[in-house]
Amino acid sequence: MDATKDTRRTALKVEDLHTYFFNRWGTVKAVDGISFELKEGETLGIVGESGCGKTMTALSLLRLHPQPAAQIIEGKIILDGEDILQIPERDMRNVRGPKISMILQDPQTSLNPVYTVGNQLIETLDRRDDILKSDLRKEAEESLRRVRVAAPERRLSDFPHQMSGGMKQRVIGAIAMAGGPKVIIADEPTTALDVTIQLQYLRLLKDLQAETGMGIIFITHDFGIVARMCDKVAVMYAGRIVEEGPVREIFNNPSHPYTEALIGSVPKMEEKTDRLYQIDGQPPQLYALPVGCRFTNRCQYAKSKCVEEYPRRFSFGENHYASCWRHDDSWDKIPSSTKEEITQMLEA
Amino acid sequence: MASSAPLLEVKNLKKHFPVTKGLLLQKILGHVKAVDGVDFTITEGETLGLVGESGCGKTTTAKTVLKLETPTEGSVEVYGKNVHLLKGADLKEYRATVQAVFQDPWSSLSPRMRVRDIISEALVANRKVTKEEVDARVAELLSQVGLHPFQAPLFPHEFSGGQRQRIAVASSLASYPKLIMLDEPVSALDVSIRAQIMNMLVDLQQQYNVAYLLVAHNLATVRYMAHKTAVMYLGKIVEHSETEDLFKFPLHPYTNALFSAALPSHPDILTTEIVLQGEVPSPINPPSGCSFHPRCPAALADADLMKRCQGETPVLAEAAPGHEVACHLYTGGATGSVETTGILFKTGLEAEQAALKFKAAQAAGIGATVASAEDASRAVEASRAASKAQVKKEAVSRNETEPAKGNVETTEAQSEDDTIEG
Repeated sequence: MDATKDTRRTALKVEDLHTYFFNRWGTVKAVDGISFELKEGETLGIVGESGCGKTMTALSLLRLHPQPAAQIIEGKIILDGEDILQIPERDMRNVRGPKISMILQDPQTSLNPVYTVGNQLIETLDRRDDILKSDLRKEAEESLRRVRVAAPERRLSDFPHQMSGGMKQRVIGAIAMAGGPKVIIADEPTTALDVTIQLQYLRLLKDLQAETGMGIIFITHDFGIVARMCDKVAVMYAGRIVEEGPVREIFNNPSHPYTEALIGSVPKMEEKTDRLYQIDGQPPQLYALPVGCRFTNRCQYAKSKCVEEYPRRFSFGENHYASCWRHDDSWDKIPSSTKEEITQMLEA
Repeated sequence: MASSAPLLEVKNLKKHFPVTKGLLLQKILGHVKAVDGVDFTITEGETLGLVGESGCGKTTTAKTVLKLETPTEGSVEVYGKNVHLLKGADLKEYRATVQAVFQDPWSSLSPRMRVRDIISEALVANRKVTKEEVDARVAELLSQVGLHPFQAPLFPHEFSGGQRQRIAVASSLASYPKLIMLDEPVSALDVSIRAQIMNMLVDLQQQYNVAYLLVAHNLATVRYMAHKTAVMYLGKIVEHSETEDLFKFPLHPYTNALFSAALPSHPDILTTEIVLQGEVPSPINPPSGCSFHPRCPAALADADLMKRCQGETPVLAEAAPGHEVACHLYTGGATGSVETTGILFKTGLEAEQAALKFKAAQAAGIGATVASAEDASRAVEASRAASKAQVKKEAVSRNETEPAKGNVETTEAQSEDDTIEG
């Protein structure tokens, strides 16, 4: 993606977002200083393991983080030119839906089982001012047709249990799109679906994006979805983005050891892998984070500096950044006697 | 126990679940044909991967082998003995020989048992062992799966997901089994932990010479771990071969569609997207003939072939050496009959070319009938042309299926395939 020609408007800009949980064990830094930008019609993938804060990031963007346990401490979420962290809670109803919405992971639980699909769809459409009450049903049919549900007029009176998983996920897509949002957050939308249905769904999202020009944030742990769907990627680890960049850059030139390991640890469909690269150990607990780089204990390139200080962002060409001291050459300039001293100090 | 019979032999296995109505005087309305005639064998130290979408019967097959379900028809034999007829000492021996690791390590380990008891359960229940032997074995297994022997007195809740799965693996290995059923062993784990568990399973297989029956829906996992792979669709095996053969040249249209739906490992990898119509039909009333025919791109493109696919059930037959496929395309197409089976391709290369031809034909939207290997070379050229055209188009926008020149209308039909039939 050539940035100089990229004249698309910014749909969403997140600056230094912090969402912390406060509990009796201390402070859980679920989201610890995240910044990114999403243009209209662009797809961003947020990749990471469970517990790295990716879902909490998504919920924070909608201000749906579990309050009062979790609080947004700091940061800005600029959606359509407006910082949504500054507006009162009751006005959030005009933001969730018309401006930003979300597709959840599990289609079995995100629809209400005691209401018909039409009922739930109309509920969302009713919030819009431009639709007459008498047209709601027709509009609901239309939105089901947009997500390629056959015979929508009959489907509207179905209950969620009468539909298959793939179909339910389409309905959820239709509900999410009903307000005509600028940004859709898809939180692992296809993990509960079968591969062939997954492909149908991903294509549908792409088609809808092409029609409406909305920005999509894909939250996933699957690099395959990133490879197929996304324009750019942000890799999260223990609450922070450790690497971000255009999708091809990330795959061809992963610059953070975690990204590299993560890509290497996934078996490939296209060729025989002799041995998978394995990342030993586990991510750190979010309430007891180290001062330095959070990946240090699992990193094959770790050096003493990684323990001391959180790495700054190093740039690798257009919009590609990684936070890793491995790319810092200032260490090499230190005389070796001082190095030894530091190492000994650290070991002690 | 040593005998010439293979470790596991599954013959014409069928499992039908009755669908009933009413509470006391139950009426049987029909049967869910979860597994409908499945044959395969596993030899010692080998991994067989079973792949397919949910509801295709792979888990039911595994459960029947584990004697958790009684088959409606057919048999499961371990070293030549039908496991569903075993009694007494033989049954104990079978239970020590065949073990399982399940998908979710949060629900497969008893929260009230200590790790030591979980691991040694199969050993204590099925073999006569002293307490010292049990302790020694538990310590040995814990260190083999990458845990510490001093963790033996802990409870499962004190471990993370990956560690729990390690405990589950240790527990399955305790009684020196010959066959372990792995039902989605890594799908509940985190990405970075999956590689650890997969590598460990591969290492342990070499160490213990144990065979695995791997049930998974992730194709890449199967390619990494399995020696042989069987693809299931609606209770039947549609293709069965060495894993490498199968992934290099999938023959069955369903296998092709399944593989093309798998996500690429790099954004530059081009795949011919074959988007199937609709969803898997209900196994209560599966389609007549070949149960894949309502969604099969090859049959949908060729009315004559469709007639045969609707009327006649294809049988699993060797299309290339060691590569079995159940599809009329490889038994004479629209005009052939069941009798014309036989090895169609002498070598892997021929089969590969035929598979390429098939792909090319699908990209162009023509129904392909592979009659002989001769016209395969022409097809290979066609497929190259098609993929070249694709490269051009893909450069503009990824995620678009590209037809060969002159057949644009068929692709449009394909994009509409997205619509799910009510």
